[in-house]
Amino acid sequence: MISARGIVKRFGDLIALDDVSVDVPTGSLTALLGPSGSGKSTLLRVIAGLEQPDAGEVSLDGEDVTRRPPQSRGVGFVFQHYAAFKHLTVWDNVAFGLTIRRRPRREIEQRVSELLDLVQLTGLAKRYPAQLSGGQRQRMGLARALAVDPTVLLLDEPFGALDARVRKELRLWLRRLHDETHTTTVIVTHDQEEAMEVADRVVVMNGGRVEQTAPPRELYDHPANEFVMSFVGPVNRLGDTFIRPHDVELLLEPNGSTQETMVQRLVHLGFEVRVELVRDDGETLSAQLTREQVEALELQSGQIVYVRPTRQTVFSD
Amino acid sequence: MTAKYALRFASLGYLALLLVAPLGFIFWRTFEHGVGPVWAAVTTPDALHALKVTLVLTAIAVPANTIFGVLCALAIVRHRYPGSGIVNAVVDLPLALSPVVVGLALLLLYGRGGWLGGHGIVFALPGMVLATIFVSLPFVVREVVPVLREIGTEQEQAAATLGASALQTFRRVTWPAIRWATAYGVVLTTARALGEFGAVSVVSGRLAGQTESLTLYVQDRYQSFDTTGAYAAAVVLALLAMATLLLMTRLRPKEGIQ
Repeated sequence: MISARGIVKRFGDLIALDDVSVDVPTGSLTALLGPSGSGKSTLLRVIAGLEQPDAGEVSLDGEDVTRRPPQSRGVGFVFQHYAAFKHLTVWDNVAFGLTIRRRPRREIEQRVSELLDLVQLTGLAKRYPAQLSGGQRQRMGLARALAVDPTVLLLDEPFGALDARVRKELRLWLRRLHDETHTTTVIVTHDQEEAMEVADRVVVMNGGRVEQTAPPRELYDHPANEFVMSFVGPVNRLGDTFIRPHDVELLLEPNGSTQETMVQRLVHLGFEVRVELVRDDGETLSAQLTREQVEALELQSGQIVYVRPTRQTVFSD
Repeated sequence: MTAKYALRFASLGYLALLLVAPLGFIFWRTFEHGVGPVWAAVTTPDALHALKVTLVLTAIAVPANTIFGVLCALAIVRHRYPGSGIVNAVVDLPLALSPVVVGLALLLLYGRGGWLGGHGIVFALPGMVLATIFVSLPFVVREVVPVLREIGTEQEQAAATLGASALQTFRRVTWPAIRWATAYGVVLTTARALGEFGAVSVVSGRLAGQTESLTLYVQDRYQSFDTTGAYAAAVVLALLAMATLLLMTRLRPKEGIQ
């Protein structure tokens, strides 16, 4: 288990982490989710020992490692921009940690070829990082981090520099990898979809603080506050009320509890359709419908429809 | 098309007029009467001693400035501390300062009546070594600093998380990235050390056969109307410099593999 207690980290006047406490259970895949500047990467680097906290402590499996250098923490770290050793081949990159540990050559050879197999880079062992695509480089980065059998695997926006398709592929692949190895893993991301898809638990961070820690579904259904509500998915805000677009029901006739709106635009996104609506007081909201629903209602822009939230959230403060 | 040829003509003409012509002229004048007199001129005891002095100066200054240069570049780029900006600026001082000023400064500091004077430094080899190190100091630092900045710290951090100590990280990650910049710095340092005249001239006392480097010997011969001796020694200097450059270009293509 990774445990960070009361972590404070300042960079000059900027408070990057403001008394943050996070627990990551052994064998879990936890996401640190937040906008840029929320402190999520700094927290990851504090856990790895790449940054020293100004206050607080970090323990790995019950052992206080706050003052230990990264070399002796047994963590694997994957960088957003790969941090590949440019002058070494793929093979030597992956073998790096084992070579440092002076493992016997037989063992290194076996372990590296296993890992290259795992990350599907076997044929490219003799290439240099400059000859690989971004996705291949990041898979090499993962194999390099896994080579030393880390007790925890830390990934800092690992897919942030890749294009959307490769990012989705690698995300699924990472999840499958975790299901096989069960290495305690922390992934930093600013992409809520990525966090929800890949992680068992999501820690939402904002402005150097933790806003909420919960499994993805609970986070979506029971957000702790406005920030989490609007960060983990699209949301309509009407006064103090928050409504998800898929919780907006459209009717052609008014009944006591509906509000009158006009269809401004229909955005077709394949199976689903986003309906952009405007109330007579100028407030806009959007509704998410299936194509069938839109066809059944025969919706057109300029049409008057009556909306009713099927589910809404109000935060007490 | 015309513009292209004009550009070529201008750039090559400039090089020919300012670099190749004087150098070629030296070679031509030196070997005007064949190899015999030249050989005789460069094998006189004073000439051989001057060559030895120059080689000794270079052999001390280059390794010293290489080791210091790499350490200094690491200190400037990798560690932020109060005053690191000043260090960065001070390193360039030898480039800005006239060598004669450097020589005088050393003379005042180590010479008779100086703060650290009276220990056989001035008018002897140690003073000349100090002068040579001073003037050839910035080159390795200046070549290595931008490369260190460009590679960033991520690779070094990755090595640390993989268990590499600071020394192992330097040897396996940082050094391979900066070795070509260092090599280029070494070539420039060598060229500067071989050719240094002003600072060495001031602190050496110019005793023929004792504290005369090859550059000083060239001037000495020339002023004594021994043109053959002056030209011959100048050619030796030019050949040493060219050998250094050639060595560099021979080594460099290996870089292309990566």
